[in-house]
Amino acid sequence: MRFMVGKAKGQRSATRRQVITRFVATAALMATTALTGVMFGSSGARAEDEIRIGVIYPLTGAAASTGVELKAAAELAAAMVNKEIAAPDGLTVAAGLPGLKGAKIKLIFGDHQGNPQVGATEAERLITSEKVVALTGAYFSNVTATASQVAERYGVPFLNAESSSASLTQRNFKWFFRTTPHDDLFVTNFFTFLEDMEKKTGKELRTLGLFNENTLWGNETTKLQVRLSDERKFKIAEKIIYPAKTTQMTSEVQRLKAANPAVIMQSSYLGDAILSMKTYKELGFSPSMLLANDAGFNDSEFLKTLGKDGEYIISREVWALDQAERNPLIKKVNDLMRERSGVNFNGNSARSFTGIAVLADALNRAGSTKPEDIRKALQETNIPGSGLIMPWKGIKFDASGQNELGQGIIVQVQGGQYVTVWPTEVATKPIVFPMPAWDKR
Amino acid sequence: MTADILLQVLVSGLLIGLIYALVAVGLTLIYGVMDIVNFAHGEFLMLGMYASFWAFTLFHVDPVIALPITAVLLFGVGIVVYQTVIRRVLKAPMLSQIFATFGLMILLRGLAQFFWKPDHRLIPDSLVSGNIALGPVQFGLPQVIAALGAVGVTGALWFFLHRTRLGTALEATAIDREAATLMGIDGQKMFALAWGIGAACAGLAGGLIATFFPIFPEVGSNFILIAFVVVVLGGFGSVTGAFLAGIIVGLIEVLGGFLIGPEYKTAIVLSLLLIVLLVRPKGLMGKA
Repeated sequence: MRFMVGKAKGQRSATRRQVITRFVATAALMATTALTGVMFGSSGARAEDEIRIGVIYPLTGAAASTGVELKAAAELAAAMVNKEIAAPDGLTVAAGLPGLKGAKIKLIFGDHQGNPQVGATEAERLITSEKVVALTGAYFSNVTATASQVAERYGVPFLNAESSSASLTQRNFKWFFRTTPHDDLFVTNFFTFLEDMEKKTGKELRTLGLFNENTLWGNETTKLQVRLSDERKFKIAEKIIYPAKTTQMTSEVQRLKAANPAVIMQSSYLGDAILSMKTYKELGFSPSMLLANDAGFNDSEFLKTLGKDGEYIISREVWALDQAERNPLIKKVNDLMRERSGVNFNGNSARSFTGIAVLADALNRAGSTKPEDIRKALQETNIPGSGLIMPWKGIKFDASGQNELGQGIIVQVQGGQYVTVWPTEVATKPIVFPMPAWDKR
Repeated sequence: MTADILLQVLVSGLLIGLIYALVAVGLTLIYGVMDIVNFAHGEFLMLGMYASFWAFTLFHVDPVIALPITAVLLFGVGIVVYQTVIRRVLKAPMLSQIFATFGLMILLRGLAQFFWKPDHRLIPDSLVSGNIALGPVQFGLPQVIAALGAVGVTGALWFFLHRTRLGTALEATAIDREAATLMGIDGQKMFALAWGIGAACAGLAGGLIATFFPIFPEVGSNFILIAFVVVVLGGFGSVTGAFLAGIIVGLIEVLGGFLIGPEYKTAIVLSLLLIVLLVRPKGLMGKA
């Protein structure tokens, strides 16, 4: 208040004419604003409004290369919703926002640097000072956990599109929704896949080496893998939880080599995925199957960096470019992505794209930017698989906020491509098994 | 079977330990000469890796052959950093010095990400790729070359410090700056030289690691924590100490990780740091 008074005093030198001019100008401005309000109806959003959506990704730090791709995918989806780019017919985003009188969405990005605390701070900043109506992100499960807590506290919808830690939808949150299938499903798929493979090849694949990184994601995956191994009578020959930021993986790989399991199940982010492959080769360790848990192994950089040393790894996916044969929309959207940012979609970026599409769909049906209306609309989401670029049956949230219609596929790197090898009904190539030894490639 | 694996683990530990030593000698040299802890040391390593990467990508010069260029380049970087940043905080409180090098670390990471993207890169087919097997023990050729390089560089540094006039002058400055100045040694020049050599060592380490480790803007942070442990264990300022400590840390990390469990390997190394600080704060060969 003191400051205001001081300022008013300073303005005393203004002439009377200036004061009148200012008054008239302000009145005119207020009248125009009021008029616009009347013209477009005050209950809905005004046409020139932008609807601000907060997007939290790791834009710097170790996972920045992934974050930048996710950002590009989200921006492509937003551009389609805003009709800046024509979306292929049939795609959910092609609808735009008629429910909000063609308002435009604007993505406000936050950078969590791979750090849960930073993620929470960014969520708070986006909600309180950027006034976003909904949040999405954050790729890392542990960051999604903290950032969505902030959203829950403020009563702002948080749509998570690409974190797969199962516990995220077991927290009874009211404002949290997740489109991607979670790790339980993916990991269960691995075991079903192994049983299928045993039947098909007649080889025993019952001894497992669990090799997971030590953040929330790796730890939860390990727990689940242990439980499922017990249930399905698999044997764990070695269980390793390693520090993700490491200079060498010799001790890890030596232990795996000593235990000699038939199948390695590995969860790694990009840097350690590359380092582990280098170490496998260096120490001449080749299990008959390397089952990777997405993430680093599916990053566009993985094959670009490793080249032929990345061949034959098997990974779970939510997405693969060869699925374009099944759904022509995928090819069209991917072409647009490549045009804009020079890279193909991958499982991560395709899910980010889908996240924005789902938010836009909910906003459109809500016809409002009130958090409660958006939340209700999200709950009523019912998008058929044909409107998505994902190999899912569709999107429909259960009471916990989890999409019930998602499903996973299993891919293998063959000839520098990720090709779908399982489930058989969507497979495009037969699987190469066992993985050839390093000296026989 | 167990003996073979144990031998393999020891060899791997030794190889990575020698690289830790090379990263740490530059750090310890700078500290020894002027009592400044360089938090941006990992970023010098990162610059060395990128120098090799670009030499390879743009001019098809193998990292191993590019090593002299990398060293000269990083020597220059060290001198520039000293002249533009460090010289100004020489007499400032320790906190200012810490913030100066810490800020430099963030700046260099930011610049690397801005200019070279946050991608992970790898040098695909270096001259030294591949494996050699010696009985049951496998060596990655890049690791062997890197370790040999580390021994060579550390040896050369030791020779320089103890057997040449310039090196002795540097040592003299480290021991007592004022006395050295009275003997006609230019302290400023010696400081700049320490930064140049320190950065060059990190750069050489970077060039050697670049043959097998992914290259990305944050790569320094993977190594710097261990480098600090090595410096503390070896004794602040002691090049010989850092060399021995590097080997010890490498062996303990790999062996401990193998025997106790890889999830504890960082904890094992950091416990070592705590024990050294509690029991022998001056480190193996440090000055009290």
